[in-house]
Amino acid sequence: MQPKVLIMGIGNVLWADEGFGVRCVERLAEAWAFDDNVQLLDGGTQGLYLLPFLEEADVLLVFDAVDYGLPAGTLKIVKDDEVPAFMGAKKMSLHQTGFQDVIATAQLMNQCPERLILIGCQPEELEDYGGGLRAVVQRQIDPAIEVALHELKQLGVAYRPGKGDETDLAHESIRHTAYEEGRPSAEEACRTGDDRFFPQAS
Amino acid sequence: MVVQTPNGFNLDNSGKRIVVDPVTRIEGHMRCEVNVDDEGVIRNAVSTGTMWRGLEVIVKGRDPRDAWAFVERICGVCTGTHALTSVRAVEDALGIEIPDNANSIRNIMQLNLEIHDHVVHFYHLHALDWVNPINALKADPKATSELQQMVGPNHPLSSPGYFRDVQNRLKKFVESGQLGLFKNGYWDNPAYKLPPEADLMATTHYLEALDLQKEIVKVHTIFGGKNPHPNWLVGGVPCPINVHGTGAVGAINMERLNLVSSIIDKCIEFNKNVYLPDVKAIGGFYKNWLYGGGLSSQACLAYGDIPENPNDFSPEQLHLPRGAIINGDLSTVHDVDVRDPEQVQEFVDHSWYTYGEPGKGLHPWDGVTEPNYELGPNAVGTKTNIKQLDEEGKYSWIKAPRWRGHAMEVGPLARYVVGYAKGHEDIKDQVDGLLRDMDLPVEALFSTLGRTAARALESEYCGRLQKHFFDKLVTNIKNGDETTANIEKWDPSTWPKEAKGVGMTEAPRGALGHWIKIKDGRIENYQCVVPTTWNGSPRDTAGNIGAFEASLMNTPMERPEEPVEILRTLHSFDPCLACSTHVMSPDGEELTEVKVR
Repeated sequence: MQPKVLIMGIGNVLWADEGFGVRCVERLAEAWAFDDNVQLLDGGTQGLYLLPFLEEADVLLVFDAVDYGLPAGTLKIVKDDEVPAFMGAKKMSLHQTGFQDVIATAQLMNQCPERLILIGCQPEELEDYGGGLRAVVQRQIDPAIEVALHELKQLGVAYRPGKGDETDLAHESIRHTAYEEGRPSAEEACRTGDDRFFPQAS
Repeated sequence: MVVQTPNGFNLDNSGKRIVVDPVTRIEGHMRCEVNVDDEGVIRNAVSTGTMWRGLEVIVKGRDPRDAWAFVERICGVCTGTHALTSVRAVEDALGIEIPDNANSIRNIMQLNLEIHDHVVHFYHLHALDWVNPINALKADPKATSELQQMVGPNHPLSSPGYFRDVQNRLKKFVESGQLGLFKNGYWDNPAYKLPPEADLMATTHYLEALDLQKEIVKVHTIFGGKNPHPNWLVGGVPCPINVHGTGAVGAINMERLNLVSSIIDKCIEFNKNVYLPDVKAIGGFYKNWLYGGGLSSQACLAYGDIPENPNDFSPEQLHLPRGAIINGDLSTVHDVDVRDPEQVQEFVDHSWYTYGEPGKGLHPWDGVTEPNYELGPNAVGTKTNIKQLDEEGKYSWIKAPRWRGHAMEVGPLARYVVGYAKGHEDIKDQVDGLLRDMDLPVEALFSTLGRTAARALESEYCGRLQKHFFDKLVTNIKNGDETTANIEKWDPSTWPKEAKGVGMTEAPRGALGHWIKIKDGRIENYQCVVPTTWNGSPRDTAGNIGAFEASLMNTPMERPEEPVEILRTLHSFDPCLACSTHVMSPDGEELTEVKVR
């Protein structure tokens, strides 16, 4: 039997490079089609809401913006047991604590997918509320998809050029292009606060 | 120095200052500072949102029909409520009436979210303030089974073997060093009062609640097309109905409706057999800890929600009550008009915003979100590294909304106090029954525990309402009405050049309003006043403290350096600061700093 594969992007598209994961899955669906055993999902900002999806999956592939302390735009791939530790690394945003908890909860309930693959991209800017992906991060979407396809191939998961199922992706009004075209400037969006949120400010 | 606030609290900031930052197990980012006297009793409280949230800026200039998709991303929990509030605001502005089925489906989704949120909040965010999962390892499974059969005799999962299995699973989890979910606990603090068996029972239900919540959210997938972040529609709901099995793929058919029905039944069972009995059982061990009432006995606000019929928000048509109580006078419930510029106003004298002149309050339609980040003269630290806030100056990113000048509590307890005062039959029966079962006077309601109990009662009530609207929906469909949307005014060419509207809901955490101004088919101004803005508000011009601050006052702390009591009371509001950042150290441990100064 074919393993059930969940390909998920997580993050808040309203917070600049945090949107990386969600945008990767959108792009993936634009160019690649999969069999019914593969589900593409916009995981958004949500925590426990994601449990039912994890429960059903044998393989979980996650795209996300992760702060590894590397140069902006660096892709880093971690797998299986390493995933929870990496998702809890350094300065993090709301959903990551959430998602780390989701994995811990799934493990506590013996419902965690057997295989975990995290394709993370080092963000340049997270603190521009209402902002979009920075160029250096946006350029990594296609390479991240290459990595994902390579990993899927290793696992024997089939894919072909075409259109993926968009049912579980973000509503069209907030998809990448629509979002970018209507967003406010960084000045309007304001960046102020204490330095734990603004690592470059101090 | 002791200062008396107009809303009756004596603030004394001369004692030891304790800083808790961040407050964990909440959505978003929050900091709290209190002063305690020599006995460890809280005599001054300062709560602050430390993150800018300029949502209003983001939706400006966008298509009002899309606003829901943006506001749904504000946070990770009450996503659907924001979307519902947004479509209601747009419909109000443009005079769009929704069909009956859309009203029933929206109510089912909203009630479903209330139940989901309350269950998740109690078991996953709040229970650990009362329940000690480490202590559960010492429990006798047989005695736990007996306890279960006593407090929840109709719950099928109650054998000693079942509790032994869970205990073993828990032991394995704790021994693997993955404390993950249970880290940052003050597990040897004497503020924890439960015997090990009650701890094991509650921890077991924590796991059962996780299983249940996975089912609950499927309702959102069915009606919203997807989850997380379900789809919404100005004018109705975006799901066609087709019970005859032909027609559009993805339409609501009988099979899906049956699934919704079975989920509703599961919610009702869980509330009745597990959630409410747990609250009573746990509450029974904390009957002497009736702190945390704050504003609940004197100033409560509810907008009301769950209209019986579409497009009719008059108070007698709402299943969740609307009204305002002020000055502690429960004999008078004032009606609330969110359009009235004199009623809801936001002040920013102690918030990091500016209106250009001091002392000014603005109605949300005229709301301005202009940041002005400056610390008061007595703050310690710098703007980028605050050691201690100065509550005399500006000290929070949260504005201070007031109802006719009064600081108000919103949320399940406020709804229940308003409902009780109005003589709302279901609410009165529930509250009186609970107080009788627990042998407590009505004043006990005005406490942290009362807030927690109100949430459980409301979850039970929402389960019944969900069933009511499900039956209504099915009857209507059987009578041949499959309409779910009104698209007469979908096209912007049918809109007036300028329009303004307001959408209201009762979010799980309390009264939520979105005020919108539309000009030339685009959003000109958008202001959200969210429940945590009410509850977590800083002081206002007159010096009134907000609900969080008031609720912490006069609470004794067992060990000031272990802020169990502060967390317990703040968590009882289910704070949602809807922003983004948690502070993590390189080894992945969440860094909560507790500083005693």
